[in-house]
Amino acid sequence: MVEAILNSGDTAWMLTSTALVMLMTLPGVALFYGGLTKKENVLNTIFLSFMAFSITSVIWVVYGYPLSFGTDVMGIIGSPTNILMNGIDVNALAPLAPTIPLLVYVAFQMTFAAITVALVSGAIVERMKFSAWLAFVPLWITLVYLPIAHWVWGGGWLAQLGVLDFAGGTVVHLNAGIAALALVLLLGKRKDIRLLPHNLGYSVIGAALLWFGWFGFNAGSALSAGGLAGSAFLATNTATAAALISWVMMDVIKTGKPTLLGAISGAIAGLVAITPAAGFVTVGGAIVIGFLVSIFCYISISTVKSKFGYDDALDVFGIHGVGGAWGALATGIFAAPFVNSLGTGALYGNPGQIVTQIIGIAVVGVYTLIMTLIIGVVIDKTIGLRVDLKEEVEGLDTHLHEESGYRI
Amino acid sequence: MKEITAVIRPDKLEVVKEALQEIQCNGVTVTEVKGRGRQLGITESYRGRDYKVDLLPKTRLEIIVNDEDVDNVVDTIVKTAQTGDIGDGKIFVAPVEEVIRIRTGERGEKAV
Repeated sequence: MVEAILNSGDTAWMLTSTALVMLMTLPGVALFYGGLTKKENVLNTIFLSFMAFSITSVIWVVYGYPLSFGTDVMGIIGSPTNILMNGIDVNALAPLAPTIPLLVYVAFQMTFAAITVALVSGAIVERMKFSAWLAFVPLWITLVYLPIAHWVWGGGWLAQLGVLDFAGGTVVHLNAGIAALALVLLLGKRKDIRLLPHNLGYSVIGAALLWFGWFGFNAGSALSAGGLAGSAFLATNTATAAALISWVMMDVIKTGKPTLLGAISGAIAGLVAITPAAGFVTVGGAIVIGFLVSIFCYISISTVKSKFGYDDALDVFGIHGVGGAWGALATGIFAAPFVNSLGTGALYGNPGQIVTQIIGIAVVGVYTLIMTLIIGVVIDKTIGLRVDLKEEVEGLDTHLHEESGYRI
Repeated sequence: MKEITAVIRPDKLEVVKEALQEIQCNGVTVTEVKGRGRQLGITESYRGRDYKVDLLPKTRLEIIVNDEDVDNVVDTIVKTAQTGDIGDGKIFVAPVEEVIRIRTGERGEKAV
């Protein structure tokens, strides 16, 4: 175990990483999604991310952090002490990262919770009531994110089982992807389900900011500024680049033409897949993980989605659910003990890790699916999930917010 | 007096405008419109799925001219806006009953 002494280098890197992960949600996710919707819904789409970030930020310091990362209670949840950060000395060090201040660790983890629920918004755009979203965010963070973060990262029962998740393949991406699927099953299809981006330029900027911010997400998850952070940084970039190339390749094979949306979708898929593995695998493993994830996501989006007919508007399940599950599984295959002594995968003589990873994927997937369905049904019965048909057809910006994205 | 309505490719607007100015046809009203012709738009593909985009952006010019200038203006537009590919657009010519210049109250051909 690392000696508990404040390290200013580590602290500086973790403050930087925290700001980088914040950038992923605002404006990264907001722009990525905002560009893909119809122009009549651009503001509502961006607004969902802003509300997700703000609501989560407040919850996190009130009771979110202690419930997910507080002292473990029977492997299920953290102890609800330190409400409103009471009792935490400004100079106290983080128990799970003993070279940085606890409050820096709290802020870093806050940005993870916020982006997870913001990611879900991509599936439900163009038809969900804004009020329903405002109810969904706190309920989902409280009942789904906090327990799962505790189980996998906060010393809960999945961590005790040995599930490996470096930066959030299960906690963030699989979690968001399955929740998205559950919500769209309740919401039903939009009247017009075509994906015709109104301004792909926004999405390109958003995707590039996500890629940039992801270095804080993954390399920051080393919780220190050293060799492991560097290794995770390089693995992250390598997998992303490989996934971008293979998605463009799939485009050419399937439609004959490479597309820019395909390229940035591939980059996101690669970032998602390498997330749980970033601090465990070599660059060789990263290339395989990245190259394959785009093929899995592409098939899921172009074939499986149309076959089953669920309206996952911006492919949150298709990219984050599928990519997160693949990344979590691949961590069990490619984790190299000489990269990180905490993880040994099947390739290095520990096939049992694959089983552990599958348990992690199944538990997180099933729990999220059931809890999100329950939350969704409760909101539907009280507030109502979906806007009126007229509002949907004419656009949410003018109807729900009385403003519009474009004056021309 | 006639109204000439030309629906053309947006990227042809500048050359058409310049050519019209060369033949002393200066007055024109331009609108950005959407429309489709016989080919019913084009196909775009996003994340591996093809979508028919059946309304494409076009530019509409409205020009009021005296009867003797109609052929010259129409020929100029055809010559400059033509690419020979599907989607070049159309020109319509319709009679105009009266033209009034608001500034002076002039009517008829001298107001054109």
